[in-house]
Amino acid sequence: MSLEGAIAANRFGLGARPGELEAAAAAPKAWLLRQLDSPVGEPQPIDNAEPFQPGGALVTELLEYRKERQMEKQPGSASVLAAPSPAKMFLKSRGHQYTREMAARFALGFATQTPFAERLVWFWSNHFTVSAINPDAITLVGAFEREAIRPNIGGKFEDLLLAATRHPAMQLYLNNAQSIGPDSSAGLKSGKGLNENLGRELMELHTLGVDGGYTQADVIALAKILTGWSLDRDGDATGFRFYPYRHEPGAIALRGRTYSGGEQAGITALKDLANDPSTARHIARKFASHFIADEPPAESVARLEKNFRDTGGDLKALAETVVNDPNAWKPHAAKMRSPVEYTTAAMRLLAWPQDGDREKQVKGVMAAARMMGEFPLAAPSPKGWPDEAGAWSGPDALLNRIEWAKELGARLPPNMDVTAVAEMGLGPLLTRETRAAIKASPNAGEAVALLVSSPEFQRR
Amino acid sequence: MLNRRSVLRTALAASALGVWDAPVRFAFASVPTDRRLVVVILRGALDGLAAAPPHGDPDYKSVRGALALETTGTNALHNLDGQFGLHPSLVNMKAMWDAKELAVFHNIASPYRERSHFDAQNVLETGGVGPHALNDGWLNRALKPMGLADGEGALAIATSPPLLLSGGAKVSSWMPATLPQPDADFLGRVRALYGNDPVLLATLDSALDTEAKANSAMDDKLSTPAQYAETYANLSPLFTGAGKLLARDDGPRVAVLDVGGWDTHVNEGAGEGQLARRLHALDVALDAMKSALGPAWTKTAVVMATEFGRTVAPNGNGGTDHGTAGAAFLFGGAVKGGVVNAEWVGLKPSALKDGRDQPPRTDMRALFKGVLADHMRVARRDLDTAVFPDSADVRPATVLFAA
Repeated sequence: MSLEGAIAANRFGLGARPGELEAAAAAPKAWLLRQLDSPVGEPQPIDNAEPFQPGGALVTELLEYRKERQMEKQPGSASVLAAPSPAKMFLKSRGHQYTREMAARFALGFATQTPFAERLVWFWSNHFTVSAINPDAITLVGAFEREAIRPNIGGKFEDLLLAATRHPAMQLYLNNAQSIGPDSSAGLKSGKGLNENLGRELMELHTLGVDGGYTQADVIALAKILTGWSLDRDGDATGFRFYPYRHEPGAIALRGRTYSGGEQAGITALKDLANDPSTARHIARKFASHFIADEPPAESVARLEKNFRDTGGDLKALAETVVNDPNAWKPHAAKMRSPVEYTTAAMRLLAWPQDGDREKQVKGVMAAARMMGEFPLAAPSPKGWPDEAGAWSGPDALLNRIEWAKELGARLPPNMDVTAVAEMGLGPLLTRETRAAIKASPNAGEAVALLVSSPEFQRR
Repeated sequence: MLNRRSVLRTALAASALGVWDAPVRFAFASVPTDRRLVVVILRGALDGLAAAPPHGDPDYKSVRGALALETTGTNALHNLDGQFGLHPSLVNMKAMWDAKELAVFHNIASPYRERSHFDAQNVLETGGVGPHALNDGWLNRALKPMGLADGEGALAIATSPPLLLSGGAKVSSWMPATLPQPDADFLGRVRALYGNDPVLLATLDSALDTEAKANSAMDDKLSTPAQYAETYANLSPLFTGAGKLLARDDGPRVAVLDVGGWDTHVNEGAGEGQLARRLHALDVALDAMKSALGPAWTKTAVVMATEFGRTVAPNGNGGTDHGTAGAAFLFGGAVKGGVVNAEWVGLKPSALKDGRDQPPRTDMRALFKGVLADHMRVARRDLDTAVFPDSADVRPATVLFAA
């Protein structure tokens, strides 16, 4: 088994499943890049209940629910209060719907044959964070990843940016849905105005970076340009709609350029931001940090930055560039696995879940990841989950990993050949020390626990 | 005084592997202060008029309607000074008031003036003037001037520290265990595996150290997920854990706890009901922390704040909606309490912000700055720049502390 095959499966993929190292060994780079040519994976419900709804339908439910809440606040609304309406069902089920979506996402991670593509989904999903901690966005975050991120990981950055920004989950999460141009007809009539949240985060987090060259005046300008972008109230399939009467009229200056023309002004502004040199630098650094090291080598960042600029933000070319970067193939595993990566890698190593109650097993892993401090699409702030070792080496979180590994081992068949499992999953990355510890273990369960606790399994 | 090595020896003495005989060179850093600071964040926006009712205000009963608390009878509010009181559930906090260990702040608010929980919590925790202007927490930035930036001085009662305590300075985290702790022999094997990985080794040692302190100090460790779920209703295990760890000579000096469940839009209740039950759980847990702190209580200040207040008048669902200013609390054995700090302007609509909310008369940062200045001895220069950037115009509240 080749070292490069093991690095491909663990550093670029999600941890090797049985047989994966062999598949990757002959031509590891080609094995990774081939994954970008096949259709991206789609999470499927693991409870065999109804399929996931599109964002547009979920927006309709949310707006119905809000309307009903408004009605309930009117005097004499007792009858409305008593009735079990679709909107009430929506409120009751929104946590459940989110859990269903995330269970499907975890299960896809455990089993996918295109783990590099899936890792890119996770990366971009975190870059454009929407979070279930916002109860308005909770039902929509699964749809966000399915609709805005998955189809766009191999396309142009500007298309990904536009899809993510217009998705109702982002419109809600960063409060643009209720942002109103102060001089628009809606603004003049209601006295309501701007919400700067999306304008700021779009430049600070999604495109230019915090030092990418913009001022508070630019934040306000971009917020004005994006007024009128909101949720569709008439059941459009995407859940997004532009409302001209809420859009700030006139020409608006953003970073030395002038934008006008309703919805198109926002689209043009996003394209300009996507193709700004600061964005190339910001994305290059983040990409290199994810695949190479928390503090990536400057030459690697420079190569990615140049590629982003030269190709106009072609994300497939960007993935090719990092795969072809010699610094990404150093044997030393520089990245600490995040809790979701860690639990997923363990499930792939053990080819779990196998028999029995699959749903229960997946939910057990979900609870473990949450306990270790991370949960998909539920980051504490728009900055997303951190991507450095420090964030996951919290003492309580590490002890949780070891405790979980021990529990995991205890549930495995006692006759398992753990050395074989270790070689299959880590290949040449398996250290002499871990191999010896496995051999010296009193039983298979403890051997698995040591393997899953080992430094080479904590890192990638 | 226990050092890390002896703690580890105690925790893992049974190890058959003998890995503990390797020389351990680091001694536990001596902690630069013996004062304790606890910050409790009440997420979801506590109704300050329920927790600290201004029952002496002539408009109190009429504007609060069904949410007004009784002033007589078995479920009466606790009178403090004739003007203000405490919710009937806050029995232990009333005892602190009587011992002059509790100060109440009213009409207090962060600089945030909108009504989003998330943005408001962001402002409360980052210490900025607007949401998302800063990426780290003010308490993390205050660790360095407190001399606690070495990773051992500050503890979040959480898996990962909340934004308030996140940032450049290292901090630790602890929660009551939810999974059974592996035996010492197994932990010894894992530790041996980490011999060539300084980061994981140090992290594991830190975890085992905190865990050993917790184990040696506690007998009420949570052991099952079911018990973990119960901690929502019973906050005492978390607060007891914090208290016992803070009480140790070699323990943390700063701790952060989060308590949710205050977003009472519907059926808030008055002397009984939803909010009364939540306040009771909090009050019991605070007393449990006080007991766990033991003699260290006299060195302790606890500041308890929420992201914003709630509407003065009840809404159409027997609850309250998002407001602006509210109440905050400062208490502990180190606090010279027995005072209510409120620039009270009444409850008439004309006195309220937008005719509905408590008006912001005291900047929350002034309270935080006052505690950091007077209790943790952080210099004004650091408070005005690094801890709360560009806040020179916000004077630290003159919070009186016992000598």
